[in-house]
Amino acid sequence: MQFTPGPCLIWRRILKRLLVDALGCHGIGPVTFAIGAREIAILCGPSGAGKTVLLRAIADLEPHRGNVYLDGCSYLDIEPPQWRRRVAMLPAESQWWHVRVGDHFRSVDGQAFQDLGLPPDIAQRSVTLLSSGESQRLALLRLLQNEPEVLLLDEPTASLDRSAALLVEQLVKGYAEKSGACVLWVSHAVDQAERIGGRRFELYHGQLKETCGHADHCA
Amino acid sequence: MQTIVLDSSDLGLASCLILMLALLSRRLNLHLERSLIISSVRSFVQLALVGVVLKLLFENVHISWLIAFVTVMLLVAGYEVRVRQRRRFTGLWGYGIGTLSMFLSTFAVTLFALLLIINAKPWYAPQYAIPLVGMMFGNAMNGVALGLDSLTNGVWQQQKVIEARLTLGQGWDEAIADIRRDSIRSGLIPIINAMAAAGVVSLPGMMTGQILAGSLPVEAVKYQILIMFLIAAGTGLGTISAVSVGARRLFDHRQRLSLGHLE
Repeated sequence: MQFTPGPCLIWRRILKRLLVDALGCHGIGPVTFAIGAREIAILCGPSGAGKTVLLRAIADLEPHRGNVYLDGCSYLDIEPPQWRRRVAMLPAESQWWHVRVGDHFRSVDGQAFQDLGLPPDIAQRSVTLLSSGESQRLALLRLLQNEPEVLLLDEPTASLDRSAALLVEQLVKGYAEKSGACVLWVSHAVDQAERIGGRRFELYHGQLKETCGHADHCA
Repeated sequence: MQTIVLDSSDLGLASCLILMLALLSRRLNLHLERSLIISSVRSFVQLALVGVVLKLLFENVHISWLIAFVTVMLLVAGYEVRVRQRRRFTGLWGYGIGTLSMFLSTFAVTLFALLLIINAKPWYAPQYAIPLVGMMFGNAMNGVALGLDSLTNGVWQQQKVIEARLTLGQGWDEAIADIRRDSIRSGLIPIINAMAAAGVVSLPGMMTGQILAGSLPVEAVKYQILIMFLIAAGTGLGTISAVSVGARRLFDHRQRLSLGHLE
């Protein structure tokens, strides 16, 4: 069945940076929500609820029903590689395929590494020597090189200590503020959600609902 | 020079070597005796049959017989390529990718050799066409099978890396470039090694056969060089096209990695 948007939806399509419209994928959805420019929304839900699948579908890595709009433009009208550069997903587990860390970056900015609490010479290191926390922060920096307009972060601070997690939060907030990107942030940590503020969504039994910041399943 | 004709007792004596190897395998618990016996019986039966078929082909030189013979070889080679895959493509593709690539590469190179180099009358004279096609198929089959197996297995093991590369905005061809290159390389290494070792470490089979049959070594060597080059070209083209088509097949129209096309 063809989904016909009402006037309210058309209005939101224009206003919102990211609009997910009746998206369905692997038992999830239909899911409809929108995030505006500079907004950081938290996504939570029990393990196995399909948060990763939802993010993968928005980034068009997973076949799905429904539609996703970026600034009012459907993903179907944008070439897939370009879509994934603009709607960028950070997987929970980062992958490295070149020998050295620096080979994955177009230009190496030592200051950016230091801002995330990484050693400035980390670009010279072999990727096999990265710790999971270093790997996760580097993957975020690598992703930001593409200057995405939407960030889909799958537990980006899961293997970080508190101080490193705070640095990542600052970086993402600063990026969203500066570039006007919107962020969908998967997180299980209640304190993190509180620090970041903003709206919270919960994915439960394949359905997405907006919570008021104290959902039962988010803890 | 006259070749010494082998009779059945000579072959019987040679088969004792296989039996000895089978006994050894049993003794050492290698569990190879069964497949050793089966494949040696297979090679005996298949070669005996092909001897009869070739005799008929040589007595009735007609292009339609030749085409029929070559088609059967191609279909069997396609089947063998499929059987050797650890992770096969689903449906007709599992059979089609390898078969079609072997068809195109082998035929292009064989026709080139028959029409422009050997110039036999008629051009499909079985004395030249059959050994040429047979050797091309044998080698192209190995190259295509190795290349496709390396491709599908590599993608299976590195699916997270490929998806990470897609996530960073790389196109499908860029995301799979490393695996594709390695797969083509693994399909081509055997023939490259064979060419490098020819004459020094090994005496290639065709040349040896011609010398056994009484040809002058220098003439046999010329044919061997020709065949080596044809085989390298046929195997290379076949492997490149099979791996390239296979790589494309692993992504859908939105350039998503879709391993649903593998069994």
